[in-house]
Order: sequence, then C-alpha cells, then structure tokens
Amino acid sequence: MARWGMVIVAIYVLVALTTPLLVKLGLLPEANVGLDNPIFAAPSWEHWCGTDRLGRDVCVRTLEGSGVALQVVLLAVALAVLVGVPLGMVSGYLGGAVDRILVLLMDTLYTLPVLLLSVVLAFLLGRGIPNAAAALCVVYVPQYFRVVRNQTAQVKAELFVEAARSIGAGPLWILRKYLLRNVITSVPVLLTLNAADAVLVLGGLGFLGLGLPETVPEWGSDLNLALAAVPTGIWWTALYPGLAMFVLVLGLSFLGEGVEAWVSGGGEVAN
Amino acid sequence: MGRGRELLRYSAIRLALAPLMLWLIASLVFLLLRVAPGDPVDAVLGSRAPAAARAALRSKLGLDQPLWHQYLDFIRGLGHGDLGEALINQEPVSSIIARDLPASLELGLTALLLAAVVGLAVGFSGIARPEGKLDFAGRLYGIGTYALPPFWVAMLVQLLFAVMLGWLPVGGRFPPSLLPPQGSGFLIADSLFSGNWASLQGAIRHLVLPASTLGLLLSGIFTNALRLNLQRTLRSDYVEAARSRGLSETQVIVRHALPNALLPVLTIAGITVASLIGGALLIEVTFSWPGIALRLQEAISQRDYPVVQGIVVVIAALVVLVSVAVDLLVAALDPRIRY
Repeated sequence: MARWGMVIVAIYVLVALTTPLLVKLGLLPEANVGLDNPIFAAPSWEHWCGTDRLGRDVCVRTLEGSGVALQVVLLAVALAVLVGVPLGMVSGYLGGAVDRILVLLMDTLYTLPVLLLSVVLAFLLGRGIPNAAAALCVVYVPQYFRVVRNQTAQVKAELFVEAARSIGAGPLWILRKYLLRNVITSVPVLLTLNAADAVLVLGGLGFLGLGLPETVPEWGSDLNLALAAVPTGIWWTALYPGLAMFVLVLGLSFLGEGVEAWVSGGGEVAN
Repeated sequence: MGRGRELLRYSAIRLALAPLMLWLIASLVFLLLRVAPGDPVDAVLGSRAPAAARAALRSKLGLDQPLWHQYLDFIRGLGHGDLGEALINQEPVSSIIARDLPASLELGLTALLLAAVVGLAVGFSGIARPEGKLDFAGRLYGIGTYALPPFWVAMLVQLLFAVMLGWLPVGGRFPPSLLPPQGSGFLIADSLFSGNWASLQGAIRHLVLPASTLGLLLSGIFTNALRLNLQRTLRSDYVEAARSRGLSETQVIVRHALPNALLPVLTIAGITVASLIGGALLIEVTFSWPGIALRLQEAISQRDYPVVQGIVVVIAALVVLVSVAVDLLVAALDPRIRY
C-alpha cells in the first residue's frame, strides 16, 4: 500500500512541476483562457475532459490544480509543525499553569470540527495562497501540540535528561539536544495524514467559495462551478477535478499508513 | 477510592470543564470576528455609503462601544440565549437557528444511524479471517470512504440517480408542490403524526440521497474503529482462554470479543459527530438542504457577522456537549476505566 502511495504522490508532484512548463511551451492551453472555446463542450479530441462554463479546458485546470493543492497543503502543514512542535515541547517541559492553559486551549480547538474552524478562519483571512495555508495550519497545530507535549512530558522524566540537567545544561539546550530527537519521530506520520486531510479541507473551502482567489485553478472552486450544471446532466466538469482530489488523498493516506508501519516497525527492531 | 466516587469525581471535572470550553470557544469566535480585516458596516452598506448612515448602523450594532463592553454584552446575551440579530433582515439569530436546526438534525441523525449500521457490518465481516481478502477490503473501504470528497460524491450521486435515472429529486428537502406539515420542523415525524402520506413520501424521497451519501462516507470511520478494536481484543488473554475452553470461533467473537470491542466504538461515534458536521456542511450545500450549514454558507457569502458567529457558537456547543456526554457514558459503562 505504501508503495502505491509513493507512486501516486510522485505522479502528482511530477504533474505539478511539468504542467506549467507545457503550458508555457504552448503544448497545453492556458487554464484561465476560454473565450474562443465553446462553453460546456463535451470531452473531445480537442478538449479531452471537455470545457467548463467559461469555455476553459477542464483537463488543464485539473492538472494545474495538483500544483496548487500541493503548494497550499505543504505550506499549511509545514507551518503547523513549526508552531505546534515547539509549543508542545515547551508546554510539556515547563508543566504547571502555562501547560494547563495551553492544553485547555488546544483541546478546545481540537474539539471543533476541522472544516468549521477553517471556514471561520478563511472567512476572516480572505482569499489567497498564504491566507488559505494559515487557515488550514491553525486546524492542525493542536494535533502536533498534543502528541509532542505528551511525549515531552514522558521523556522529560528519563534519566538522561536528569543527567544533562545535573551537569548544568539549560532548558533550551535540553529541549534542542535531548528532547527534540526523541519527540520528532511521531511527526512524519501525522504530517502525511494531515496533508491528506488538508487536501480535502482546502477543496471544501474552495467549494464553499472561500480559500483561494478566483483566478487560481483549484479543484474545490471548480467543483462549485460544476454544481450549477449538474441538473442539466453535464458530468465532465464535476468528474475530473473531484477524481484528482480523491486519488491524491488516497495516495497520501496510503503513504501515511506506510510511514506509520515503518516508524512503529523500526521502533520494534531498535528495541 | 471506590469506583462510584471515582466516577463521580471524573464526571464532575468533565462537566465543569465543558462550560469553560464553551466560554473559550465563544470568546475565540468573538475576538476573531472583531480583529478580522474588513468592517461589517462596509459589508452591509458598501464602502461608499454616507457617513451618517454608517454611524447609525455602527451604533445600532454596538460597534461604537469599547471592545470589552461589546464582549460583556455578547457574553451576557449568550447567557440569555440571545445571539444578536441578522444584519440582512434583523431577524434574531436564535430564531433563525431554531428554524433551521431540525432539518440538519434530521439529516445528521439519519446519516449517523446509517453510518453505524453499514460501517459496523463491513468492519465485522472481515474479522472471520484477519488479513484475508474480506479484511483487506474492509481496510480499503475505510481509507476509500475517508478519501472521497463529500461534495464530489454528492454531485456524482445527483448525476446518476437524479439526472440520468430520474429516480429521486436532485435537491431540496420537500416537494415544492406540497404544503409542508406544521409542527416540530422534523418533516418526517410531522408527516407521520399528521398521517399525511403524500408529504411523508415526499420528505423521505428528498432525504434518501443526502442521508445515504453522508452516511456511507462516514461509515468508514466505524469500519476502521471496529476492525482495529476487534483485532486487539482477539489477541488478548481472555479470548485465548475462551478459545482453549473449546468454544467455537463464532461464540468467541460474538459473545466474548465483540462487547469489549464495541465500547471504544461508542467513543468513535462521539468523535464522528465532529466529522459529521464538516461533511454535513458540504452535503447540505450540494443538495440545497435547508439546514443550519446551508444558512452558514449563505451568511458567509453575505458577510452577515452575527449569523456566522451565532451558528458557529451553537455548532461548537453541540459538539462539546456530545463529546462530554459520550465520555461520561463510556466511563459509566466500562468498569475497567480508572481515573
């Protein structure tokens, strides 16, 4: 399964990198140009996946969507790691009142439905790639916080930390040199699974008319446009962007399962 | 400490934390909406409205008050169930929610029931031979249903069953040609009580597609939860002991392993409510199901701040209450849990 996941994600990365090049070389039509094309044309030799309400090529928009999705999701998840991991380590290491307040706050955020929270944030932050990434990142920070905090609190009590403290190591030094390496192992699994989830949430935001600017070819907002055409039986504007989203999420989930098996398996071997 | 007192202490802590969480969420939503770029006055009147009209609206919304004053007003209002008024038509937000919530609950509860039945059946079917073909299919089912974007599946379902086959309506909640039954707002229950078969049929026909789409997509959560828990339970010593007493595998699974594996599934059901709301938001929009989520989307596109704020606070409160209730229920049911 993990192998399939790797293959799928690699294909998406490849598509994300090559599509803009092919468009630039003139081998593919541009994603936002469609005035000369017939609108809602069924799939044909000229437009393999048909055209949408504005005559834009559904194929190119779907292909370019992979680059957009990967960009936003990577940015969001990276931000979540950068905020959540240090926060979790500090909270777990310090303990006391700071820890309790942070835990309550993060648990509260964690309780909220992911999509609801990101809808509120995207509503506030407005449209744009960094804005959407920020709205998504807040949703995932509590997950890293929880895992890292609990592990830090556990590892903190180990003898080697006490030994380091007894030879005069400061808290920052201990956090960086001793705790980070022990705690960081749980991050890759969470990261892959969150990336899968974030693709879905980003699509949901786009579908609700939030997230990215209208000129950016994004699967969710394209599906929102396609929704109005559903009662007339136009299927090609709906099928392809959703399929692209589904397969990417599937690939990332497979990859996540693989990484999880690998991390836990590696742990067993080391023990 | 005795188990009864322990349970009581745990329940008291959990119950005491719930209002704290609700207060945190309400404050968070309030603050976020106030620090947001963009002025609600602009959103309603447009940025070129005369200054007098803008000032009048500003004072009507209480936006000319200092922030802490607005905050106290907001919290005080919440205590009385007052969520403010919609900017668009001055309707109290609480009555908007009261009107739209039954539609969402009708859809959500039907979907949850379906998800539990289908998900548990799929999860259970693979257990006879772990790592067998059926088990693998169950695993794929879990991941696959998770990976499907809800609104995409909803659109494909609409295309297939409503547009191409013409079996069921594309969207909406009730046939436009009929008068909806009066009463609780739960159309199916209301039709049943008034004995109106035409409206019952209409309500059910509209519910089938959205509820089964949402239900099937969520069922994977139950499948996964049951599979993992059953596998863990089947490896435990007491199951081994039951096997060694010569009980048949069916008896071991159904009588001994299943009850213990189902309990964590209850916890999962509680967590599912949160995903249910995310999924329901998208399903309601796709099927134009006139529930609270469709209203939220409308309020977002109209930039109607009080409605957005009110709906988010109410949904969050619902989620917190359900999670507390499920935790307490599991604690009361499972004698093994210690705190």
